[in-house]
Amino acid sequence: MTSTSTASSADGLASVGPRDGRPAPRAGTADGAPAARPGRRRRRGGEGLLVRYAFIAPAVLYLLLFYGYPIVKNVVMSFQAYDFSTFFNGSAPFVGLDNYATALSNPIFLKALANTGLFTVGSIIGQFVIGLGLSLYFRKHFPLSGVLRSLLLLPWLLPMIVSAAVWRWILEQDSGVLNRFLESIGLISEPIGWLTSSDTALVAVIMVNIWLGIPFNVALLYSGLQAIPEELYEAGQLDGATGWKAFRHITLPLLRPVVSVVLLLGVIYTIKVLDLIIGLTGGGPANATQTLATRSYELSFLEFDFGQGAALSNVLILIALLFSVVYLRANARAAKNG
Amino acid sequence: MTASTAPRTSPAPARRGARAPRGLVHTGIGIVLVAIMLFPVYWMVNASLAPQGNSLNTGLLPLHPDVGGYARAFADQGQNLLTSLVVAVGAAILSLVIAAPCAYALAQFRIRGTAVLVFLVLISQMIPGIVIANALYTAYTPLGLINSVPGLILADATQGIPFSILIMRAYLETFPTSIVEAARVDGCGHLRAFVSIVLPVSRNSLITAGIFSFLFAWSDFLMALTLTTGETIRPVTLGLYTYIGTNDTDWSAVMATAVMSSVPAVVLMIAAQKYIAAGATGGAVK
Repeated sequence: MTSTSTASSADGLASVGPRDGRPAPRAGTADGAPAARPGRRRRRGGEGLLVRYAFIAPAVLYLLLFYGYPIVKNVVMSFQAYDFSTFFNGSAPFVGLDNYATALSNPIFLKALANTGLFTVGSIIGQFVIGLGLSLYFRKHFPLSGVLRSLLLLPWLLPMIVSAAVWRWILEQDSGVLNRFLESIGLISEPIGWLTSSDTALVAVIMVNIWLGIPFNVALLYSGLQAIPEELYEAGQLDGATGWKAFRHITLPLLRPVVSVVLLLGVIYTIKVLDLIIGLTGGGPANATQTLATRSYELSFLEFDFGQGAALSNVLILIALLFSVVYLRANARAAKNG
Repeated sequence: MTASTAPRTSPAPARRGARAPRGLVHTGIGIVLVAIMLFPVYWMVNASLAPQGNSLNTGLLPLHPDVGGYARAFADQGQNLLTSLVVAVGAAILSLVIAAPCAYALAQFRIRGTAVLVFLVLISQMIPGIVIANALYTAYTPLGLINSVPGLILADATQGIPFSILIMRAYLETFPTSIVEAARVDGCGHLRAFVSIVLPVSRNSLITAGIFSFLFAWSDFLMALTLTTGETIRPVTLGLYTYIGTNDTDWSAVMATAVMSSVPAVVLMIAAQKYIAAGATGGAVK
């Protein structure tokens, strides 16, 4: 979320539970060798291991069909000349690394790669800094703080394409409210074509994505802050650690595991953002906001070159997996220390 | 006393029972911060109520609200809203039906491969949607699943199912096994124990998983964009997107559509606050 991808943002965390990877504490019902220990459990007729596997079978089947198959298919397609004619004559000859060579040597690829980097780094820094500031602020006890904090989540729940539409209207060159506001306070004399000028489009898209990502950062950082015991601050206060000092020596070190999880998940979800960019600029003007994800979409669904589209999306998978591995390690460490 | 409790911008928590005026100042600043963050949402509602033809100069306040935008939006997008509703409800149900038993088995049964499966479910959430869309398009075409509600439900559940498995498993790990074991001693099968004991007791996690699966599917744009080609089956997210392209002078109708597409999120947020919070932090970072 971020619609989607941002919406799905918190997902990975579900597994952060401290029991990850540890054996469940009910060794008595182990099913490892049921035959060797007859009578150990009440007999349930034929219902044993099979029934247990039946519980996970639908999920495994689904994941195989809707994740396993697409990944394999994507890899295979990336080595094929798979284009629109394939749908008619079914022929998709293997062409080795041609798709990779063509897609990666195209100047648009380098542009998209650089944009993906800028988009991701810019978004993450902005979201994190503002998100941390807001969660620190809302940590204070004051009337309505809980209500206001949950209102902050709203942008995260909206469909990403809705946010794109709204921002398109706000950033509109001639009648958008941002330009009208900036003109009225005398900051600009000419309306800026935020999304239509190749100088500003990427900045504008990053700005909107920062706005979208703030709620996710606030939600996780706030819950991380809640886990820091207040006594530590009281003790720190006695030692003269208040304000910035308390933040540096108490908050930051204790928040670090959460911070790494937030940043890594942020990266993983940001590199695949597609809805927002398609909704705001469609990758334009002149590829100014083209990223790996939008370029892959463009190759497959606008140019109908599924082979090249697949090649690019495999590059995207590799990058996502790289960060996923780092994330899972950080996550396991956070769980161990928690 | 006043000196020692001078306002701080530090993260140190203000004492409970701080003097009321200072609390109110904080509330005031908090309201301003939230207002800035939510301005785009306000602007969407405001623009949706602007009279047509005047939308190029939307006022700061909807002093002369006009629901014409809503009438036009509903006429154009009503069918798409219905499609979205059917798809999102379908995807939420499918997610729960598939994920709940799996989450239960992963949390409670000691079966081979549990750790691997959990790992794969986690990783699956990090696969870019465009990868799934790329392959599904080529598979859906010969299967006749392009432009179909079942096709969209199946594709949209790609987000709901892993999320639901993880969030319900986290909950079910703390499930009191003794209840199930007691029932099993009384001759209750795995399936019956699951349906009549586990599911009712874990209602909260089911609701959380269901809400998020619904929202993922409702918000989906990518699958709608790639797996539908006509106007017959078109979720409202895609409807809104094409609306911008064809209708960019009638912003009040476009924004009315945006508002209507946001309604489920807002309603859920109001009605299910604690579930949203539970899902947002996904079992909490420990």
